[in-house]
Amino acid sequence: MSSAGTSHSDKAIQAQRSGGLGELIAKRPEFVTLFLLVAICLGVTIANPAFLQASTLIDIGRASVVTGLFALGVFVVLAAGGIDVSFTAIAALTMYSITLLVQNFAPDLSIIAVFAIAVAGGVFLGVVNGYLVYSLRVPSLIVTIGTQYLFRGGLLAFIGTTWIMELPGEMGTFGRISLLEVEAVNGALISLPLYFLILPAVAVLTWWIMRRTLMGRAIFSLGGNPEVTARLGYNVKIVHLFVFGYAGALAGLAGIVHITANRLANPFDLVGTEIAVIAAVVLGGARITGGTGSVIGTMLGVLLVVVVDNVLVMVGIPSTWQRVFVGAFILLAAAFFVTRQRKFKPAK
Amino acid sequence: MRTKDGHLTVLVALIIVLMTAGAIVSGGNYLSLFNLQSMAGQVPEIGLLAIGVMLAMSVGNGGIELSGIALANLSGVAAATLVSSHLSASADPGMFSLFFILVALAVGVLGGLLNGLLIAYLKITAILCTLGTQMFFIGLAVVLSDGRSVRVGAPGPLYEIGNGYLLEIPISFLLFIAVACAIGFVLRYTPFGLWLMLNGSNPKASEYAGFPQNKVIIATYTVSGVLSSLAGIIIAARTINVKWDYGTSYLLVAILIAVMAGVRPEGGYGRVVCVVLSAIALQMMSSMLNFMGLSNFVRDFAWGALLLGFLAIGRFRLTDFFSPQARPVTTSVQSPQARKP
Repeated sequence: MSSAGTSHSDKAIQAQRSGGLGELIAKRPEFVTLFLLVAICLGVTIANPAFLQASTLIDIGRASVVTGLFALGVFVVLAAGGIDVSFTAIAALTMYSITLLVQNFAPDLSIIAVFAIAVAGGVFLGVVNGYLVYSLRVPSLIVTIGTQYLFRGGLLAFIGTTWIMELPGEMGTFGRISLLEVEAVNGALISLPLYFLILPAVAVLTWWIMRRTLMGRAIFSLGGNPEVTARLGYNVKIVHLFVFGYAGALAGLAGIVHITANRLANPFDLVGTEIAVIAAVVLGGARITGGTGSVIGTMLGVLLVVVVDNVLVMVGIPSTWQRVFVGAFILLAAAFFVTRQRKFKPAK
Repeated sequence: MRTKDGHLTVLVALIIVLMTAGAIVSGGNYLSLFNLQSMAGQVPEIGLLAIGVMLAMSVGNGGIELSGIALANLSGVAAATLVSSHLSASADPGMFSLFFILVALAVGVLGGLLNGLLIAYLKITAILCTLGTQMFFIGLAVVLSDGRSVRVGAPGPLYEIGNGYLLEIPISFLLFIAVACAIGFVLRYTPFGLWLMLNGSNPKASEYAGFPQNKVIIATYTVSGVLSSLAGIIIAARTINVKWDYGTSYLLVAILIAVMAGVRPEGGYGRVVCVVLSAIALQMMSSMLNFMGLSNFVRDFAWGALLLGFLAIGRFRLTDFFSPQARPVTTSVQSPQARKP
């Protein structure tokens, strides 16, 4: 599960010995993602050498934090066999109401406390999702479409619609703390902000939960076969509450990162980016029907989507064509993964 | 096979309650001919999309149609750009309207066929497939129109479809009812309808029974695509301009109408008459919120709450208590089913 290059190639050799490339792809679909990512990066570098410089890489790293946090949450829900489209609304609702609260009641609140409140708010809204999905027993897509409208409508109807341009206290300064700075070719100073560290930290935490705890086993098991999971004695309700609560927590976190990065709280932001996030997770090799996927794959999928988003213009594809390409890309990748997985599925 | 559920009764009661409440709130204006006509004129586009969602849900296999409004806009945009580059709307209104409708329908057939082929033969999950095609269709519409709105103009026959009246009833509404009746007839009295519903209730059994499963799925999504393009034609006729991002909230509203109509999201059950009534009820609620002077955001909030509320009603079978005839106890026991979140 480690991401070090040497262990990858070792495993690749082993897999090739035992059953060839096809089986490797079926077992570890993230290799396809990695291959696509490398191929696209190489292609873009040949077309436009300006791509391969520190400032572009930092830009991509910065742009992938919010998408990455969302994607880790979606990955956990997908692994459990569900789907969540309300996470952007959760992020928008928590980020905007917390900014209002901090501005009006506690302008000196430390950023740690802000993050804690955001995570708590996200967990609450996520648990609402989880409870509804469990108790209504309908596909989670439909439930979360409902809660998306509920949360976002509630935010815009009852909380506020105006932009907050001046973020209070530490929320305003946190986004400016930088980890390292690089001078771009044109002399502009590009910095990798401190908040970037949140993504790898959360990725490691998610990996630990999914691979090293009983909850992780329960999640994959629920996605693989809900009936068997219940018979094994797992508490299916708790697993539901956990996966949606976890996705909500990451959404709350992502919301605060989003506003500190942009230095403005816009209640209309974020909602509408769900499809790109779900696409990233699926491109990372997680099956939309549940039971599979990995953190590494999810991260590679996020990088792939962010890179494709950023480079289409660089290689001279007009921005009007962007959606056609992304849509076609999702369909092709989905078709590819499905046929691969079917062909090389071990006999049951 | 078709057990009566209480949805029909509940929806009729809901419409009557809404009419009364609307009349009281607005002091009678709500029931004026003008308001009734304007409400009836707004139902068809969303109602057609909702029937498309119902068909996709009923065929099962996790079926859902998320690309409906994107395909509707694409057919409007494609027909507008293609036909107006060859024909003039003002010089030759008849031919313009005819070709506009033909091109739009062709786009609908192709789009629906694409969904159906991907889902049936490549076995891509319907959610993922229609998410992908949704983005693909939006993208094509943006490319064709350069992101701007395209002027259709008001050529006679086409304008009549969107804005004309027959016996004081909007023509678009009559068209909607006719299409709904046709779909209802097909579902009830043809083998295709039977296959569609049985495939939804038990895909494995229908495979062993030798149904042409792939053909049923492809046909279902193609019909759904045609319904989307019909909605696109009505939108174009009503609004005179077409744009790629028209009606972004229709995605939820179409699903909401289907769920309100008692269509089972996991497949196998749905009635067209309930979908029509539930579309009408939703339009009436929307107009009522307008009459009360509430913002669009309150409406979104209300739609979300309503969707969850009706899911709860479906789950706990509350409508059974309003069913006209008492049902035998045995049929109300839910069959054990694999539950997925």
